[in-house]
Amino acid sequence: MFLNIVWRNLWFKPLNTTLSVVLLAFSTGIISLLLLVQRQLEQKFENDLRDIDLVVGAKGSPLQLVLSAVYHVDAPTGNINLMEAQKLMQNKMVKQAIPLSYGDSYRSFRILGTDTNYIHKYEAVLQDGKFFEHSLDVVLGANVAKTTGHKVGSTFQGTHGEAEQGEVHEGHDYTVTGVLAPTQTILDNLIITPLSSIWEMHDEAAHHDEAEAPDDHHHSAGEEHEGHDHEHEHEQALDSTREVTAFLVKFRSPMGIMTFPRMVNSGTTMQAAVPALEMNRLFHLMGLGITTLRMLAFAIMLISGFSVFIALYNRLKERKYELALLRSLGSSRFMLAALLLTEGVVLSILGFLCGLALSRVGIWVINEQAGSDLRVNLTSQLIPEEGILGAVVLGVGIFAALLPAIKVWRMNLSAALTD
Amino acid sequence: MLSTENVAFQYNSERGFLFPQLQCKAGEILLVTGQSGCGKTTLLHLLAGILHTNQGKININNTDINTLSSAQKDAFRAKNIGLVYQKAHFLAALTVLDNLKLPGWLGHSKQDTKNIIGLADRLGVAHTLKRLPSKLSIGEQQRISIIRAVINHPSLLLADEPTSALDDQNCNEVYHLLSEMAAQQGSALVIVTHDGRLKEKIKHRVDLNG
Repeated sequence: MFLNIVWRNLWFKPLNTTLSVVLLAFSTGIISLLLLVQRQLEQKFENDLRDIDLVVGAKGSPLQLVLSAVYHVDAPTGNINLMEAQKLMQNKMVKQAIPLSYGDSYRSFRILGTDTNYIHKYEAVLQDGKFFEHSLDVVLGANVAKTTGHKVGSTFQGTHGEAEQGEVHEGHDYTVTGVLAPTQTILDNLIITPLSSIWEMHDEAAHHDEAEAPDDHHHSAGEEHEGHDHEHEHEQALDSTREVTAFLVKFRSPMGIMTFPRMVNSGTTMQAAVPALEMNRLFHLMGLGITTLRMLAFAIMLISGFSVFIALYNRLKERKYELALLRSLGSSRFMLAALLLTEGVVLSILGFLCGLALSRVGIWVINEQAGSDLRVNLTSQLIPEEGILGAVVLGVGIFAALLPAIKVWRMNLSAALTD
Repeated sequence: MLSTENVAFQYNSERGFLFPQLQCKAGEILLVTGQSGCGKTTLLHLLAGILHTNQGKININNTDINTLSSAQKDAFRAKNIGLVYQKAHFLAALTVLDNLKLPGWLGHSKQDTKNIIGLADRLGVAHTLKRLPSKLSIGEQQRISIIRAVINHPSLLLADEPTSALDDQNCNEVYHLLSEMAAQQGSALVIVTHDGRLKEKIKHRVDLNG
């Protein structure tokens, strides 16, 4: 009966109630969405980081280097000489070094030249097929396979650069040899191929440019080990000019991270960037924006609290006789105060639940609209911070109902009945 | 059922009332009359425990309600007193039926929907139970408020100007319903009014003016 009265009263003035709920829902929705996105982005970045201690690449912005080489969201800073890089890779402090070479894409998925160590780093397993063995063999990330529909045995042509409508590398068909199971990491959105594919692709392109004589090359894309016999000398010469884009380093001990970057940065034309450090910097910057948005959301919550207060307080004038009537029927002051407080609480619970629903819709929209750009897939699980948020909203509801409740508590029953 | 002794009430140092003794047994009807401002409503509120005084005694059902705390009075009122006002008021958001369930709920007595429907049927308002109170005519509202007052079988039924706003026919009807209901429930009925029409019907009278 008590809740029946509360519920009926709330919906007796549907517009007031709706306004309060909508305002509360918007503020909780925004805050909850911010919490979810921030937390999951951080987790996601953390997850993709794995045990990459250091990224070495061409000089430029260290953040850009990390974003491009670890998260594959930015353009690379440039290329580095393979020979020079290999000297660093063979350093005693280095436990594992994985070279990366990229610059091509297929339908906005990045084609990454590397070795199978990269795949193992993300503990990925094959869902289908086998790992690549030869040039122009590729293994598809789970998401790539799903989006493009390619299966083991499919062939496709990469485009130069990141753009979807880039220059197509004609005559060089990649062949899918395997598809990876989902890893919930960046790997899901990558096309992995041996380093040699990238070299072959771009050597070829260079040849075209230099000689402008296509008949120089009498081999087709299907042929493996192209030019190994005829152009052995040429190949040797190329080796010293071979380039990679970056390499990922794992150190034997934490000592490496102390001395190695300085060695790279001062002793070579390359730069070393510590991903953990760069990401901290990024999150700090991002945090400023998020804090602003969060303050805005709290301001909306304050307004919604005020709206709940006004709604209850205004109704109180109209309901004065009703409440007096309830007391004359024998209900206690306590019950009347509880009635109003419960109305505030129910409003805030409704607002909170709608807000949670709203933030889930937001997550869905982000996933639909920007999921592939950000290379993230946000989940809608409840997070502990949302519990705190719920408590705050509840507090707002109770606080807004407090003054009306106190007023009812102090009501002069006789005067209210004679009015 | 009801007896008072030396009940007085002071609003402030200049305005106060000293009330005559009242006696009303179960099944009896007492008419309290007087002009506006002579303290009729004050007396009714004192009897109902809505106003508080420490002067004199108000015995209802062998309890001196002046000795009860405010919260105890609320509980006592829920169980023992039924109130009918000049203008019927309801919880606007609840249906008539739910409004009629309120006294049972507040008095912690069993909410017997059958009993409510039976009474509503007898008073010719059964068809209004599912509606909101605001959709009812004044006459229907007054009948519903009478049902609400008697539904808990109160020892004391207090009516504040129950007929003043009604025409002769409705006045008669409401009076009969009140007296019939009070008699049936075994309640003492106290009607406070300035409505002269009721004087002809009720012998047992107290005039606050004199």
